[in-house]
Amino acid sequence: MRVKPALLTMAHRLAILAYIAFALFPLFWLLKVAVTPNDLLYSEGIRLWPSRASLEHFDFVLRHSAFPVFFRNSLIVSGSTAVVVTILASLSGYALSRFRFRGKYWLVTLMLLTQMFPLVMLVAPIFKILSPLGLTNSLTGLVIVYTAFNVPFATFLMQSFFDGIPRDLEEAAMIDGATQFVAFRQIILPLTLPGIAATLGFVFTAAWSELLFSLMLISGNEQATFPVGLLSFVSKFSVDFGQMMAAGVLALIPACLFFLLIQRYLVQGLTAGAVKG
Amino acid sequence: MASIDIANIQKSYGVHPVLHDVDLNIRDGEFVVLVGPSGCGKSTLLRMIAGLESVTAGEIRIAGKRVNELAPKDRDIAMVFQSYALYPHMSVAKNMSYSLRLRKTPKERITAVVVGAAAKLGLEPLMERRPRALSGGQRQRVAMGRAIVRQPKAFLFDEPLSNLDARLREQMRAEIKKLHKDLGATSIYVTHDQIEAMTLADRIVAMNAGVVQQVGSPLDLYDRPANLFVAGFIGSPGMNFFEGTYHGGATPLFEIEGGVHIPLDAPAPLPEGAAATLGIRPEHVVLAGHGPQTLLATVDLVEPTGFGIILHLSLGRAGFKAFTNDRSFLTASGTIPVRFPTHQLHFFDGEGRRV
Ligand SMILES: Nc1ncnc2c1ncn2[C@@H]1O[C@H](COP(=O)(O)OP(=O)(O)O)[C@@H](O)[C@H]1O
Ligand SMILES: [Mg+2]
Repeated sequence: MRVKPALLTMAHRLAILAYIAFALFPLFWLLKVAVTPNDLLYSEGIRLWPSRASLEHFDFVLRHSAFPVFFRNSLIVSGSTAVVVTILASLSGYALSRFRFRGKYWLVTLMLLTQMFPLVMLVAPIFKILSPLGLTNSLTGLVIVYTAFNVPFATFLMQSFFDGIPRDLEEAAMIDGATQFVAFRQIILPLTLPGIAATLGFVFTAAWSELLFSLMLISGNEQATFPVGLLSFVSKFSVDFGQMMAAGVLALIPACLFFLLIQRYLVQGLTAGAVKG
Repeated sequence: MASIDIANIQKSYGVHPVLHDVDLNIRDGEFVVLVGPSGCGKSTLLRMIAGLESVTAGEIRIAGKRVNELAPKDRDIAMVFQSYALYPHMSVAKNMSYSLRLRKTPKERITAVVVGAAAKLGLEPLMERRPRALSGGQRQRVAMGRAIVRQPKAFLFDEPLSNLDARLREQMRAEIKKLHKDLGATSIYVTHDQIEAMTLADRIVAMNAGVVQQVGSPLDLYDRPANLFVAGFIGSPGMNFFEGTYHGGATPLFEIEGGVHIPLDAPAPLPEGAAATLGIRPEHVVLAGHGPQTLLATVDLVEPTGFGIILHLSLGRAGFKAFTNDRSFLTASGTIPVRFPTHQLHFFDGEGRRV
């Protein structure tokens, strides 16, 4: 009788292991190519690790390419977008969760509707709107566009977190002498930290990897974000895989750091609602 | 401390009326219990007093001052929620001092008041814990503590004990009563449990379907229920009811289903031949006797409760219950003589009103 649970546990662990290997293999390959010197890249055939690893691609990318600029731009754009969207989404998500007001149904429908169109359809109109405002080829313009696209989903995400917090809590606070806003700030917001972390993470990664609008709205290296920058390693005649992968590895760092930072809240956040506070 | 006046209050959600014309004056220092079945509008009324629900019509006055438009924070009342509603991210001490901190009370005073309340409720060893590390009973105490540190004009309780087990509920019930004796604060207590209502209240307000049925002292409601609803709701095991017809004359009697005649010592205040309901509490059924007043009832079931015995009996087709402390009835079977003393009978007319 004791054998069966042990076997099941083993099978479970193996399944997870297989999944992790599957999910992480592309990242491993990224790293492998990044440390393979150019002369070995095509000569060694397919092997798991090059016979001689070097950091020459990283060195080149950091010192001789425009990569640090892309990186900085991406950081600015993604960070600002994440912060702005999260603030807006907390406020609107709270309103949707707690208040009854006229037109709420239509507002929600409209927000859902915006999520239904493929973004490609919107490139030309957006360009047309931003261009006279001088917001093309500008990081501000990108932040505005990303914010607009992410607010609806982030609002729904935040709303579901607010829905998970019992109304009694803010009512108790209001009876204790708080205004609705003070109750929101001192009672509800601290309890929504997991939700805020999840929203920040979601929006940050979405903005970090966005290519389409960045490509269309930005020209030239000065304002390019990192996904666009990666394309500059593709020239007319060849692709510099080593440098491209090195840049890719470096680009992973902030996303990893970010998730490491919010991971504690994220786990709580994704399981919120499963347990009652 | 303050009086609370509820004048012709109505409440509707959209087109659905929830409270109809509730009129109630609560005196300074009084302990009033709102009792009624689930969904009858008790919480709604309490939340309107707290300012958490808007008032559809009528007026609420606290200490003589109209508060209909006042925000909860400006009404100076404290409330204990059924869910306790403790702030999960604050320690017990922080939970209890939150209202004082919002009012910018000096630190030394906050400490003094919180320590005092904690001592009163036996919370001293728990002050640094978070609510999640507390048992149900301890959470309940913290919720009480949060209310009493403020010395508000009135306390509102919304079924504060319904999440506790029976033993703890009994204990907390007594503590709430003691606390009220100590503080003498105006209190409105909502419950669906008639025992809680009976044991705690100075006055009980019995409600059903958004309408106040009767207001009075616990024994008033027990001895002289105003209608069938109150008669059936207050008391456990509940009052027995027999539908039937009244016949006056020289030997007044009440004829119930199946042609059984219940003889009466004295005429009842009912017109001849009136359809009515007769009620008698199980503990008032006399399980003995001989002579013309005695009926023979069939024993259907014997339920020992330890404290006493509940006998399930029937007269013709009409079932009823009797309560006795006499253990010789544990073995009762077949038929036994019963008597309904006329002065213990309640009569209700066709509309269910007491006559
Ligand atoms: N926000 C609301 N919207 C619509 N109906 C409500 C709302 N809150 C309560 N009700 C209705 O009002 C009635 C009274 O509810 P409540 O006061 O909570 O009853 P009780 O506390 O006596 O159990 C119920 O029928 C309930 O369905
Ligand atoms: Mg209720």
